[in-house]
Parts: sequence; structure tokens; C-alpha cells
Amino acid sequence: MHELAVTESLLKTATEYALENDAKKVTSLNLLIGTLSGIVDDSVQFYWDMISADTICSQAKLNIERQPAKFKCQSCQTEYALDGELSPCPNCGSVNIRVIAGDEFLLQSIEIEK
Amino acid sequence: MSTEKVQIVEKILDANDQMAEENQQAFDKNHTLAINIMASPGAGKTSLILRTIEGLAKDYQIAVIEGDTAPVTIDADKVHALGIPVTQINTGGDCHLDALMVRKGMQALDLNEVDLVIIENVGNLVCPAAFKLGSHINVVIASIPEGDDKPYKYPNIYRGIQCLVLNKTDLKPYVDFNFEYFEKGIQILNPGVEIIQLSSKTGDGLDTWLNWLRAQIDAKKHATQ
Ligand SMILES: Nc1nc2c(ncn2[C@@H]2O[C@H](COP(=O)(O)OP(=O)(O)O)[C@@H](O)[C@H]2O)c(=O)[nH]1
Ligand SMILES: [Mg+2]
Ligand SMILES: [Zn+2]
Ligand SMILES: [Zn+2]
Repeated sequence: MHELAVTESLLKTATEYALENDAKKVTSLNLLIGTLSGIVDDSVQFYWDMISADTICSQAKLNIERQPAKFKCQSCQTEYALDGELSPCPNCGSVNIRVIAGDEFLLQSIEIEK
Repeated sequence: MSTEKVQIVEKILDANDQMAEENQQAFDKNHTLAINIMASPGAGKTSLILRTIEGLAKDYQIAVIEGDTAPVTIDADKVHALGIPVTQINTGGDCHLDALMVRKGMQALDLNEVDLVIIENVGNLVCPAAFKLGSHINVVIASIPEGDDKPYKYPNIYRGIQCLVLNKTDLKPYVDFNFEYFEKGIQILNPGVEIIQLSSKTGDGLDTWLNWLRAQIDAKKHATQ
């Protein structure tokens, strides 16, 4: 949905780091995207191809790693991953749980040529 | 030619988060409480805003920032008719407000004179969750006809909020809505969050909302920074 805005932000960040490091071009971006972030890989790729043309990132490949949602039960400290419907703690049934992973949309690193 | 890996680890929405932080500082400086109202289209954002103005305008200075995807001023006109300052932000088709758009809305208001800014976000249960605006309080309005499974389908929107309003309780007799199932989803996502059931149509439960909001406005008004 708003992948254009986040892809623009991604291009801006990658470009800043590339210039800071005297890159001639950027060859890849390594991203971590959590399943709870609501961000759709294909859409990011689509906008990326569109807006990165004619920039220092024009040939950069997007390597997207997916981070599954993880919860921690506050009652019994059990940690569990979730890929389907939201559910209470599988160990004790408590709904007092916290999200500990799955929110991410991180640019972890870029690979550049000098 | 050499290749090199540059470690970054940066959150991609950071630029927006920073601007949101600045917005919040501007609100704080003026002792203005800012609330961001999110919901799907038709859940009752504008209705609750109008009810809130009716209930609180005699005691507080209120202003409204209206977000809309199209340049229609239907909602803004309703607020304006109550004699309340309102600025309309047309997102140009975008599915959410972001901190920069709110900044523009703030510039059209004299915050010094305002105790409460109400921001009506774009009707959408997905995107607004990802963009902080600088509001102190984020509210989601759910409504009975939307069904009880929305927390399970759109989990993100319920997580950063301080209050969940369940609107249109007058329709309970006509709709199968399992409140326990709904509440369990909310609890999983946001343990202990304030849940207020009301009907903007009949006014039932509205006092609970108005009193809750009064307490928040008063706390901000008298906060020392
Ligand atoms: N029955 C009933 N209808 C409501 C209630 N609150 C709002 N509505 C109606 O729901 C529709 C959408 O409301 P509106 O405030 O424009 O929703 P928004 O799109 O979220 O701003 C309108 O026809 C309202 O009259 C309520 O508590 N009960
Ligand atoms: Mg509206
Ligand atoms: Zn969006
Ligand atoms: Zn447990």
C-alpha cells in the first residue's frame, strides 16, 4: 500500500551511505522485513526497479530476509513463533504476551563497488 | 575496483519518526494534547470527533486536522460548522498521514491557543500503523458492524494505541459480534489498553470517553517539561 514511500526512504538511506563511503555503485542491499510490518516484498521490488533507475543504486539487487513474528508470554516466559492467526500462549494459555520480533524493516547493510 | 560491505542497520522509517518526534515537541511546548484517530472508513471517526467537540468545546480550545485521500472537504466542513478551527490535508491518494503532512497542518493552527488537537487519519487499518505523527495518544475506533475478527486480521494497528473505542454499540442486537473474542485479540496485541464501548448515535457510553480524554488533556495542560 504505502510501499512507494518506504522504498523512497530506502533509496535515500542507501544512497547516503554509498556516497559517504565513496562508492561508484551499489551492488546489493540487505534488508530484514518482519512479517508484522505489513510490507510486501514484491511491491518494494516493483517500486525499487522504478525509482532506482538512473541512480547510484540502479544495478543493486535487493536481498530480503523475512523475520517471522515472535511472541513472549509474560506469565510463563515461553517464547513462540507465529505464522497463522494470533493465539494465546501455547504453554499456559495466557493472553498477556509481548511481540519480541516481526516488526522490523531494516536496512542491514549494502554492498558497494569503489 | 574493489567491493566492500557497509554495515548499516537503520530503520527505514527513521526520517518520519524523527519528524514525528519534532511534532510532539512542538505540541508539548504549547501544552497541547494531540490525538490521532485511526479506523477503517465508516467506523465513525468523524462522528466521534463531532461528539467530542460538542462535549468538550465549552471547557477546552479544540482544533482538528482532517486527513483525506481526495480533495473533498465533507468531514472538514462538518467540523467547521461547529466553529472549530480545522485544516484539511489532502494526501493526494496516499493511504495514510505521515509526520510531514501533520507538520503542514500544524502550521495552519495557532497551537498556543489550543488545548487539544484531534487528527482524523485516513480511513485504513493497515498503513497508518506504520507512520508516527507525533501524537501523544493514538486511538483506534472499531465498530460493531466491522466484525469481531479485525484484531486478528489487522494486528498492527492495535499495538501502539492507548485507547480502543468500540463504536456503534446500538447495533449489537442486529450483528453477531463476540465481544470476548474481540477483546482477547486486543489483549494479546496490547495488554491492558483502555477499551471504551460507546454509540456516537445514541450517546451511550460517551461520557466514559469524554472523561478519559479530559484527564489526558488536563495532564498535558499542567505538565512541566
Ligand atoms: N448506528 C450507528 N451509526 C453510526 C455510529 N457512529 C457513526 N455512525 C454512522 O456511520 C457512518 C460513518 O460515520 P463517519 O463518522 O463518517 O465515519 P468515518 O468514515 O470513520 O469518519 C455514518 O453514516 C454515521 O452516521 C453509531 O454509533 N451508531
Ligand atoms: Mg471521516
Ligand atoms: Zn499505505
Ligand atoms: Zn505462558
